[in-house]
Amino acid sequence: MQLTVWTYEGPPHVGAMRIATAMRGVHYVLHAPQGDTYADLLFTMIERRGERPPVTYTTFQARDLGGDTAELFKDSVRGAYERFQPQAMIVGASCTAELIQDDPAGLAKAIDLPIPVIPLDLPSYQKKESWGAAETFFQLVRTLAPRSEGRAPAEGRRPLCNILGPTALGFHHRDDLIEIRRLLETLGVDINVVAPLGATPADLRRLPDADFNVVLYPEIADTAARWLERTHGQPAIRTIPLGVGGTRDFIAEVVRIAGVDPRLALAEGASRMPWWSRSVDSNYLTGKRVFVFGEANRAIAAARVASEELGFEVVGLGAYNREFAREVRAAAEIYGVTPLITDDYLAVERAVAELQPELVLGTQMERHISKRLKIACAVISAPSHVQDYPARYSPQLGFEGANVLFDTWVHPLAMGLEEHLLTMFRDDFEFNDAAGPSHLGHSAAPAPESVPVEALSSAISWTQEAKAELAKIPFFVRGKATRNTEQFAVQRGIALIDLETLYDARSHLAR
Amino acid sequence: MTRHVVIDRSHSIALANPMRAERRSGLDQAQPIYKERGQREVFCGLTGIIWLHRKMQDAFFLVVGSRTCAHLIQSAAGVMVFAEPRFATAIMEERDLAGMADANEELDRVVDQLLARRPDIKLLFLVGSCPSEVIKLDLSRAAERLSLKYSPALKVVNYSGSGIETTFTQGEDACLAALVPQAPDAAPDAAPSLLVVGALPDIVEDQFRRLFAQLGVPKVDFFPPRRSGDICAIGPNTRVLLAQPFLGDTAQKLAARGAVRLEAPFPFGAEGTTAWLKAAADAWRIPAPHFARVVESGRTRAKRALEGARETLRGKRIFFFPDSQLEPSLARFVTQELGMIAVEVGTPYLNRDLVGLELEQLDPETRIVEGQDVDLQLDRCRAAKPDLIVCGLGLANPLEAEGFTTKWSIELVFSPVHGFDQAGDLAALFARPLVRHARLKV
Repeated sequence: MQLTVWTYEGPPHVGAMRIATAMRGVHYVLHAPQGDTYADLLFTMIERRGERPPVTYTTFQARDLGGDTAELFKDSVRGAYERFQPQAMIVGASCTAELIQDDPAGLAKAIDLPIPVIPLDLPSYQKKESWGAAETFFQLVRTLAPRSEGRAPAEGRRPLCNILGPTALGFHHRDDLIEIRRLLETLGVDINVVAPLGATPADLRRLPDADFNVVLYPEIADTAARWLERTHGQPAIRTIPLGVGGTRDFIAEVVRIAGVDPRLALAEGASRMPWWSRSVDSNYLTGKRVFVFGEANRAIAAARVASEELGFEVVGLGAYNREFAREVRAAAEIYGVTPLITDDYLAVERAVAELQPELVLGTQMERHISKRLKIACAVISAPSHVQDYPARYSPQLGFEGANVLFDTWVHPLAMGLEEHLLTMFRDDFEFNDAAGPSHLGHSAAPAPESVPVEALSSAISWTQEAKAELAKIPFFVRGKATRNTEQFAVQRGIALIDLETLYDARSHLAR
Repeated sequence: MTRHVVIDRSHSIALANPMRAERRSGLDQAQPIYKERGQREVFCGLTGIIWLHRKMQDAFFLVVGSRTCAHLIQSAAGVMVFAEPRFATAIMEERDLAGMADANEELDRVVDQLLARRPDIKLLFLVGSCPSEVIKLDLSRAAERLSLKYSPALKVVNYSGSGIETTFTQGEDACLAALVPQAPDAAPDAAPSLLVVGALPDIVEDQFRRLFAQLGVPKVDFFPPRRSGDICAIGPNTRVLLAQPFLGDTAQKLAARGAVRLEAPFPFGAEGTTAWLKAAADAWRIPAPHFARVVESGRTRAKRALEGARETLRGKRIFFFPDSQLEPSLARFVTQELGMIAVEVGTPYLNRDLVGLELEQLDPETRIVEGQDVDLQLDRCRAAKPDLIVCGLGLANPLEAEGFTTKWSIELVFSPVHGFDQAGDLAALFARPLVRHARLKV
């Protein structure tokens, strides 16, 4: 058993729902008790979808358990087919139904519907949402696109690709797709199928027609892309076009595989981000300590943007999905940090509290953690929240995405000159650090004096004088100063920090 | 007492089973209650934790379940609760199910971990879920064992919020029923006392407390108490007034302790609240003129507060999807006090003993449906073209996208809606979607 306050991911059948809901002409019959119908609201409320997810739940009850839940499942499959007339159906069990072992696969097969019925085996007590989505997409692709008619000759036509990964309840997938579609078209690449978002089973049958696959979200599409690579010889582009560097690398990959001309896509001014970052106004961003946590692929890409494109210092990097732990470890090595691979929200909270970063790039969970610890935070990754579905165009990927990243990551921080003024005149009654960054208005988290003027480590104490001096440092660097000074003291075996230690530490770290 | 004929039939599991009901001959005015069986679109009882954990300030709710349970509570809370929640899930994993780990040892370890983090907790609920029920994990024995281990600092109580046994608000019923044995016995000769049962917002509780004091009811307790140490004694001189219609099991448990339930409609709107208070006043033989004097100002305020919404809602047709079991009581309120016409009142479960007085007030033309087949119900709803649909979060936006006006039912459970001074707010919850539709030009 695992004690869980908040979860980063839902169960695997929610991943399957994300695929079914993203597609058209697919229906999902889920053997599940009534409470599992809560999952509908993820789509209708968080994502504001105007349609019910195409899911029929058997909603068995305790009194059914003694009877025939298998018959109930079969009735549900028949009923769903008659009512919704899907082109393909997926069937499976949620965590509770898995325990009663009704064998949805066998039951569905026995009904012998005139459409493909794809059974899903999603072990609820081992796996989670992203894995469930990836597995479901893979099973659909494998069943619907088993063989290829052979691709059209490459001569006399533009290269053709599939975009794989965008799904329902995805983090900014809607706008990423517009951005990447435009980028590929500028590069002279045609798009065969986008899947699963908006695709029908008939579209999946056409997947092998493309020359290559673009895997935008590996946590959703990598399993399917690997199978397509093996079975249909379609190479896959896995570079995530996040940030300017990521987008340029992505373009280079497309050029390598498709032999297209990158000049138009790389034309100067494709992104404002480089200049915004080089502008002297952004000088103050240099070396800001940033903690990055989220979906593995996204966190790795975000750490690169933070380090190379904003000049931040990555002090922590982690992910909640273990499926990509190896990649996270490799990336953590680049920044010389210990990778944090956990789905335990409390462990992440401990890490943030310990590292005292100036900015957290995380998920909605880290937003809560940061709020509690009074640290600035920007959300970079699923799990999604209603705020991650803005009305405006807001991609994360591509060159426009890079602009969005600059704005959303820099915005939570106190601005450059403001930071200096706060340090110089911290007793001003209406412009002080307790009032929070002025551009964030009154809604910004207040930053009270409770931000550690306390010792972080119990083995060390501070003189009154040193404590008072520490309180003069603005709240958003106070945690870092406390931590640095204490580390300095520990290294030198100093148990009591006085004014001398404080300034010694400062000069030591300034070297 | 009720004019409604209840048609109970044993139902085979048939999803497309057309809803049927029969009239019993000899009761001309009688109106059938339809029973429906099919796909349900409702929350399970775990959802109640979202408000219960705020009500009982020294209690913690530990769900013993799956990742789905944790995800449900987190998602149903909409945006996540900002403060550290007093609930968590002990997520069962493969090794727990395969018998590789002793479930009881695992549970003890998780509880230790939890208490180390929250030593302030005085009452721990072990909450059963669908998977824990299916594998027959005995949480009552675990609760006994843990109670002994941590006594007297901590009491451990168990109940089931599983979706195979409970629907949404039934979780509160199960929780409160489990709490009844924690109440000490009142002496047989104890002075009569009033027990108001059902988790109410603190502000509403305080309003009722003042009203009962003015009426002259000397001792009033609320259940659940805000702090577990304040749980009141229960005995034959306890008079129970239910504040919510979904507390059937709790009412039974209280009756088993000798407490007597006062029959009343539920305190929604001016009329509902008056009748509810009257039930208590009558039990204490409070003279009618005094009762009238005491409720006068609140009742007048409530009526005045309803006027605006009534303008909007009078003559409008409303359709309730099943959700919280509040539906018959709310239908009584919107038809009787706001002039609406109820087309269909769906409810997940109908406790005839508790809502009989409300059913009597409903129009015989109103279709009352217990249970659900969501697809058939959507068909009926579309055909009826109501002006306002009360439904769950999974259905609201899809129906809005079809051009209907909806009210999320969950708000009717999560907001202060009981009593005179909330009557206007309750009416506004129904009026706002219509006002909004009229106002928007986009």
